[in-house]
Amino acid sequence: MKRGVQPVFTVLLTAVVIGIPLWLVIATAGKSQGEAIDPDLSAPSSWQLLANMKQVWTDADVPAAFLGSLLIVVPTVALVLILGSMAAWVLARRSSRITGLLYALGISGIILPPAVVTVVLLLRQLGLAGTAIGMIGVYLGIYLSTVIFFVTGFVRTIPASLEEAAQIDGAGPVAVFRRIVLPLLRPVLATATILICLYVWNDVFYAFFVVGGRLDTLPLNLFRVASAGLYLNNWHLIFAYVILMSLPLVVVFAVAQRKIISGITGGAVK
Amino acid sequence: MTATALTMTRARPAPSPGTITRRTHPLWFLLPAYALLLLFFVLPTVYQFIYAFTDWSGFKASINPVGLDNFGQLASDGTLFRALRITVVYAVLVAIFQNLFGFGLAVLLERDTVINRIARTFFLIPVLMSALAVGYIFQALFKGTGLLADTTWTIVVVSLIHAWKWMGLAMLIYLAGLKTIPLDVLEAARIDGASRWRTFWSVRAPLLAPAVTFNVATALLGSMNGFDVVQATTGGGPARTTELLNIFIYRTFGQGLFAQATTMSLVLFLMVVVFAFPVIRLLRARERSMS
Repeated sequence: MKRGVQPVFTVLLTAVVIGIPLWLVIATAGKSQGEAIDPDLSAPSSWQLLANMKQVWTDADVPAAFLGSLLIVVPTVALVLILGSMAAWVLARRSSRITGLLYALGISGIILPPAVVTVVLLLRQLGLAGTAIGMIGVYLGIYLSTVIFFVTGFVRTIPASLEEAAQIDGAGPVAVFRRIVLPLLRPVLATATILICLYVWNDVFYAFFVVGGRLDTLPLNLFRVASAGLYLNNWHLIFAYVILMSLPLVVVFAVAQRKIISGITGGAVK
Repeated sequence: MTATALTMTRARPAPSPGTITRRTHPLWFLLPAYALLLLFFVLPTVYQFIYAFTDWSGFKASINPVGLDNFGQLASDGTLFRALRITVVYAVLVAIFQNLFGFGLAVLLERDTVINRIARTFFLIPVLMSALAVGYIFQALFKGTGLLADTTWTIVVVSLIHAWKWMGLAMLIYLAGLKTIPLDVLEAARIDGASRWRTFWSVRAPLLAPAVTFNVATALLGSMNGFDVVQATTGGGPARTTELLNIFIYRTFGQGLFAQATTMSLVLFLMVVVFAFPVIRLLRARERSMS
């Protein structure tokens, strides 16, 4: 494409493909109920974005759902990273028939879909049905394989000589892992953190089966209010909710944009 | 799968003799992760192979074996093959659209100008949003157009929406792939008199192979597991023409028909297994080309 045309085309394309849907969200979230019944691209006659967000905040009990989301996302991400990299480090450094098999088993979860229905039965038998611990366990079962895949590949690119120096100084495996290996894994762990935060923060499908009706998370809550009669056709409230729910991730992204982009792309194509 | 894993393991040079790795990289480091994988992933998967052959439901306490009744019932009323067909069509369409859009954007926004950087940020916003929210946005946007009420074309529309949500991620990965191509290779091609078009297809495109593999695999797997976008836009309609396997599972589970939901979940599992082997082979090829 000619140099003069490319910027114009880029701006137009972005405005149409991304700008229009985003404008629809913001404009509708700023309207009154009457104006928002048939959502269109017109600007609200008077902006009441904050009032709508406030109404959603109290009516839909957003604070409880927000806490529920945090209660699940934070332990999931912490555990999946630590336990996943512990396993991945040993898998990458040992080469035997058994570790080869274990690696294949460990990464199979990237491809195979989790058994959403029978996991509910299992959680009932364990007494974990509808609990945050059960939900965290299910997410760990799903996403450990992603971490094992990414981190094993990364560890293989790190020379073992760094570890050997510490071992000669008498450091045990725990000390070597904590002081030498974990700091080296930072780039790949950043990638994994972002991907898993994205998946877990926005997940509604697995959450519906495991904690639906017992514990609220933001997506479950949005799903409930949007499909319940309460907010049906109340597009101004649905979109006010969408803005509230997307803000935390957008803010995190805006702050750490450069790191996140290099993290995601570094892990995928290297 | 295991055969390839083993040959790969053997081909890799051992970092140190086995007796030493046993002490420096103890196997108990695997224990917590693998215990969780077994309990929360493998065990429920094994359960599927049992409970798909029972009458487990929300209406009675006892669970009895019924043989292949669930499969027979789902196959005879056409549900099984329809849901399978719809899921495969959806997955293939999403993989095509997501990669076309992602690749096009990467080529368009490749140079590091201010406008391109801002545009890239905008295309990443849908990636961050919940798929459910994306679904509601397009439900509102297409309200009254009939796009979400056509028994033939709505499946295409929902796969376009799914691709819209994820094309920013595909773009990032293609951008990274384009950046890995060394400048001297491009220069050599130019000196040899290759046109830009020719350079692109014979020099750059082959080097993008890892990015293509990654993007196609993640798009296929993500959409076979799809739920949110379609549930929020059509709920499986019109006339169940966009009812993916996961939407069927969600619906029947909500009705208390747990055995039917399990059967469909097992079908999804088996379908992915059939598709998975080629995907694993591609991923392995990518690993090999890395080392």
